[in-house]
Amino acid sequence: MKKTLLALALLLGLAYTAGAQTMLNAAGATFPAPIYQKWFEAYHAAHSNVQVNYQALGSGAGIAQLTAGTVDFGASDMPMTDDMLGKTKVKTLHFPTVIGAVVPTYNVPGVTSDLNFTQKALAGIYLGTITKWNDPEIAKANPGVKLPADDIVVIHRAESSGTSFIFTDFLSTGSPDCKSKVGAAAAQNWPVGLGGKGNDGVMGLVKQTPDAIGYVELIYALSQKIPYGAVQNASGKFVKADLAGVTAAAAGTAKTMPDDFRVSITNAPGATAYPISSFTWLLIPVQYQDSAKRDAIKAFLTWMLGDGQGYNEGLFYAKLPDAVVTKEKKQISMIQ
Amino acid sequence: MSNLRMIWRKGLNGLMLTLTGVAALAVVSVLFAVLGYLIWNGGKSLDLAFFTQLPKGEGETGGGVANAIVGSLKLLSLAAVIGLPIGLLAGVYLAEFGGKTFSFVTRYTTDLLNGAPSIVIGLFAYSVAVIPVRHFSALAGGLALAVMVIPITVRSTEEFLRAIPNSLREGAMALGASKWKTIATVVIPAASGGIITGMLLALARVAGETAPLLFTALNNQYWSPGLSQPIASLPVVIYNYASGPYDDWHRQAWAAGLVLLSLVLLANIGCRLVINRRGVRSV
Amino acid sequence: MATATTTIERAAPPESGPRALLYRLRHGDEVAHLVTLIFAALILLITSMMIYELWVASHATRTAFGFNFFWTSEWDPVFEHFGAAPFIYGTLVTSILSLAIALPLGLAAAIFLAELAPRKFSDTIAFLIDLLAAVPSVIYGLLGIFVVVPLMRSTIGPALKSSLGFLPIFKGPNYGLGFLTASIVLAIMIVPYIISVSREVLLTVPRDQREAALGLGATRWEATWKVVVPWARTGIMGSVFLALARALGETMAVTMVIGNTPRISSSLFSSGYTIAAAIANEFAEATGDMHRSALMELGLVLFLITFILNGMARLLIIATDRGGGRPS
Repeated sequence: MKKTLLALALLLGLAYTAGAQTMLNAAGATFPAPIYQKWFEAYHAAHSNVQVNYQALGSGAGIAQLTAGTVDFGASDMPMTDDMLGKTKVKTLHFPTVIGAVVPTYNVPGVTSDLNFTQKALAGIYLGTITKWNDPEIAKANPGVKLPADDIVVIHRAESSGTSFIFTDFLSTGSPDCKSKVGAAAAQNWPVGLGGKGNDGVMGLVKQTPDAIGYVELIYALSQKIPYGAVQNASGKFVKADLAGVTAAAAGTAKTMPDDFRVSITNAPGATAYPISSFTWLLIPVQYQDSAKRDAIKAFLTWMLGDGQGYNEGLFYAKLPDAVVTKEKKQISMIQ
Repeated sequence: MSNLRMIWRKGLNGLMLTLTGVAALAVVSVLFAVLGYLIWNGGKSLDLAFFTQLPKGEGETGGGVANAIVGSLKLLSLAAVIGLPIGLLAGVYLAEFGGKTFSFVTRYTTDLLNGAPSIVIGLFAYSVAVIPVRHFSALAGGLALAVMVIPITVRSTEEFLRAIPNSLREGAMALGASKWKTIATVVIPAASGGIITGMLLALARVAGETAPLLFTALNNQYWSPGLSQPIASLPVVIYNYASGPYDDWHRQAWAAGLVLLSLVLLANIGCRLVINRRGVRSV
Repeated sequence: MATATTTIERAAPPESGPRALLYRLRHGDEVAHLVTLIFAALILLITSMMIYELWVASHATRTAFGFNFFWTSEWDPVFEHFGAAPFIYGTLVTSILSLAIALPLGLAAAIFLAELAPRKFSDTIAFLIDLLAAVPSVIYGLLGIFVVVPLMRSTIGPALKSSLGFLPIFKGPNYGLGFLTASIVLAIMIVPYIISVSREVLLTVPRDQREAALGLGATRWEATWKVVVPWARTGIMGSVFLALARALGETMAVTMVIGNTPRISSSLFSSGYTIAAAIANEFAEATGDMHRSALMELGLVLFLITFILNGMARLLIIATDRGGGRPS
């Protein structure tokens, strides 16, 4: 008895000792979480003294915790507004990491083919004006598909989300109603529907609920093998999200990327562009007290812009355009 | 007295009594259903990897919850170190020393604390232990759990100390022992079985708490060294995995649930058997 | 040789000898008294700190909205309008409904265990039911998501709709998640409290009460329902308040099955939100001072409600103990 207690005490004592590691804590978006987790794992395998603990709590939480100073860096699919930037104690830099796509994924009984969605259809569904799957707005984009007369179960994000921002940003460009009723922001006042927690929560709800529709990042729909629809882009073509479409959407930014990297590429021009594409950013404070953390972050960012980008396409995120990468590398030197 | 009325009353009697039996059966069946589901679904997913590996990234299959199991143990040991002494000594005060009004106020406040929603305790721990130091930590999580452990420990300690007959105390004092010596060397050891089981029950109760850990200990993909890093724990991992879409996560959630439930139930069964044998009732 | 007397008197501190030892021992008592008193006072300190923190942290929304906070429904973090009505509604609906389900079930089971079952059997079953109370809430949430929600969607919901679908509470789409599901899960969680306390209270009812009723010709049920249960009335009420307080504060099991939408709806199939679930989901992302203050105010409200309920429960249960002649 005494021996087991001693052994237990020893074990716990070991558990208490601090390691010689540099531990970085980060919180933020679920949109890029799969690629980020892969990156942090790969980076740790190559540099075993650096561990990045990334908690995918949502873009809003990422921004909030960064502002409160409880995490070392944040991640968001929604660029911080000037207001938000003003609230941080230390100046914050945006570093685009990947380009991803938000897709409308659905679970309609009897429908196995890909559905086409116009911007108007999606706006109507999420505003609650379109309530049934066989509504004319949806039907006319999908001739020949037998749509049931069921009520649409709308799934959105429960918490403040960058994915929501991207989606509503897209909807607002075509629907002034959407802009006023729901607003292009991360925290929404959704008129209808159920709230899921994180991209994975929404994906889970869509998967389990018949007649559901939800918006998630591409990799989530692909990994779950749940059908997702094509969306009509600015040129009128229905594009299903893929690497080519997303890269085409970001093509313009190679030349026009602003210095602070805050840009929206929803509804981008181009016949092959996928309209609900977006950059996603790491939010890095410009100053670190702990030099070990600073060096680790700078090293990681350099790796991310180089070797890291090689992992993107495997998870269906597009690589950053070369011009953007060059510009970001210059920004790394700003971190003190 | 009419025969019809008699039949009605007898019939009602039979019906209602049967219904009460059905109700009791229903409630007990729920317990067995809970256990059954967890054993079936969780048991399928238990393997060595589950116990020894760290979690894999989003969407990847495999990996385990080793860090969450160790994390929960670490948080519980923190809660024990911080909360149990306070609970014990306060219980000693209430049972052995207490003045009239102060005891009443303390008891009432302890009940108040006991009934506080766990999420509110999490908010408190966040304001007190996370904001000032600007990071999530195992210590903050342990603190939140300690606050929950204290009222349970106080009540059970007091109850078991009170159950020790006064004759024991008087005998010791008659032999020349001072009051505190009596308490320390006679009364507490006599009540020790009950007190320890009370402490174990308190720990078992907070082992399953999720809400207070959400903004204090947060979560961690890796091992959490020391006390000032975020740390993984079984309840938080179950919550996250259950809410996701991945079948592999669901599988692991069931397994983790089985592990957690087994620990909690074993502690409860063991402790309650000890307590019942000593004949002290506990609510 | 004089016999050493060990009379303990309050005298001036002696310098040496056996008296000095005694004095130090007595001083040890004072120290022990003080030390344990300090730890007891720590509990008071922690609790008051908690209330203070909540009060201070919620200052912004308390001054901005005043009492309107409680009946406005708009919860808009972007424009900083906060109204807690949907959360209060959800909390009240799920708690009351869960009680409506758990009370008849729990009371019936308690009656069975106290009146009908043989003592040994009753004790074993009561033991098992106490185990139900020990199951962590996240496990109930797990079962809620994977068992109750699909059941609600496929079986219970349609059954209710086809039989009672004309009632406004059963109108509207049934997603499986929502007020009704949350209430069912909560009911399972609180039923052990009702059974445990009610059973104990019923067992304290004096034998002669029962026997007098039976002697007058009452059936077993009539004796129980009309004599025994009313006698134990206050204790049972106490258990109800205890269960209610538990239901109100429950976070995880509810947030996993209620749908997390701030909405006031007459349909029980609708998704909703509770105070505890809202705090759990939104706190991590509350940037603005107003948002955080609003959530803290919600926490304060919840704390106060459970405080009052627990206080009443304690008083009622103590009153019953005294009434039954049991030393408390």
